[in-house]
Amino acid sequence: MYRWDFAPVAAHLDLLAIGLFNTLRLTGAALAFGVALGLGLALMRLSRRPWAAWPAGLVIEVFRTTPPLVQLFWFYFAAPLVVGVEMTPYLAALVTFSIQSAAFFAEVFRAGIESIERGQWDAARALGMNRGQALRRIVLPQAVKRMIPAFMERAIELMKTTTLVATISYADLLFAANEVSQKTFRPLETYTAVALAYFTVIYGASLLARRIELRLARSGEGTVG
Amino acid sequence: MTVLRLAGLVKRFGANPVLRGIDLTVERGERIAILGASGSGKSTLLRCINFMELPDEGRVEFGGQVVGSERDGRRRYAERELTQIRRQVGMVFQHFNLFPHMTALGNVMEGPLTVLGQDRVQAEARGRAELARVGLADKADAYPAHLSGGQKQRVAIARALAMDPALLLFDEPTSALDPALVGEVLGTIRALAEDGRTMLLVTHELGFAYHVASRVLFLADGLIHEQGTPAEVLKEPRQAATRAFIASHKQFSL
Ligand SMILES: Nc1ncnc2c1ncn2[C@@H]1O[C@H](COP(=O)(O)OP(=O)(O)O)[C@@H](O)[C@H]1O
Ligand SMILES: [Mg+2]
Repeated sequence: MYRWDFAPVAAHLDLLAIGLFNTLRLTGAALAFGVALGLGLALMRLSRRPWAAWPAGLVIEVFRTTPPLVQLFWFYFAAPLVVGVEMTPYLAALVTFSIQSAAFFAEVFRAGIESIERGQWDAARALGMNRGQALRRIVLPQAVKRMIPAFMERAIELMKTTTLVATISYADLLFAANEVSQKTFRPLETYTAVALAYFTVIYGASLLARRIELRLARSGEGTVG
Repeated sequence: MTVLRLAGLVKRFGANPVLRGIDLTVERGERIAILGASGSGKSTLLRCINFMELPDEGRVEFGGQVVGSERDGRRRYAERELTQIRRQVGMVFQHFNLFPHMTALGNVMEGPLTVLGQDRVQAEARGRAELARVGLADKADAYPAHLSGGQKQRVAIARALAMDPALLLFDEPTSALDPALVGEVLGTIRALAEDGRTMLLVTHELGFAYHVASRVLFLADGLIHEQGTPAEVLKEPRQAATRAFIASHKQFSL
């Protein structure tokens, strides 16, 4: 019978806390860049100008169809040789996950924008709005509400995918867990604690998301005006 | 004063010639009812007037200015110019098209705020005044989802009015409403007519057209098939197609 002992793990809580912080920092930053970049890609892809739509489509498809680990290795090991910029593990991870999230969010934005009825565009244009004003004031606010579930799903997926950065020695939560388990010879306890940390953060975030969704649903819209 | 002049307006969708040469002059204060069978191009005509659709041929003059510029034998339209025109032409849709994420007041303020660049205080005052005009001052904070169809359409009218349009376009504003709610919307439009607003109104409410319009057009085959005073067109139509159309509206009695 295995005797559980969490005391040695608890002694290295600071390492795990730093790891968790690094994971959250990477996830948060990649999400933020991903959303901004994703909106840009979506608008390019929806554009009537082929020179904008084409490259956006290419980036989106490449990043959606290649494994995250391959992308990460490419930016960490290959990019310095090709482009000549040395990347820290954090920077390589940030670039990888930002673009990868952007490719995902671009499709979410596109679907969201396309789901808005033509009558909304008509009403905005009839008031004399240009395309940018119609997007910003009328279409995107409605589209974004419909995107929240997909956004949350992506955030959760991303947080789990960031564990890949341990392979390029970025000190995220999983990397910290490796260290702690080697120091304490308590892998079972360490990984149990780490799993619990992921669970708590992700489950907490999804609860929060559900409340936001309910709140928005109650504010009266979601039905055709 | 001439608000709008169309000369030889043609619009095709692919091989489908929807408008085949429309000539029309609208003077200030005119109230023109547009009749026609479903699919006869009534909506397309209105959408060409505010350039939501670009005409293939012909000319549109707005406030005495020809819209667009001629190049290589074709008329070109700059988006910036069209946006300017749309600011001066209000449009009310069959399905209201209110912005569901904004309150009634938010909907009415949106034009002054975003398009005209007014500050919030000014835009809100204007918004409240227009809501009061359509009898909905007490619904300022309601979201569209909580309004009846008739109320939604009146908010949509207030939204168009807040832009101070030189011309109002109504595209079957009561066709999507329960019969019980038609009256309140027609009442609002009639009040605007009495205010001397210039308007083009696509409608199947022949009785309303008879009493409120200053001129009636009947559209068929992509052309203005017949036009005249309401009495001329509705009571003594000269064309067989007009007669058949009016006869098909059995509930119409003057
Ligand atoms: N955006 C469009 N693309 C293709 N065909 C269209 C479009 N809009 C209207 N049409 C066609 O043009 C014709 C006239 O339509 P419309 O102006 O909506 O008629 P009405 O308002 O009189 O019922 C119809 O045959 C319709 O199918
Ligand atoms: Mg129509």
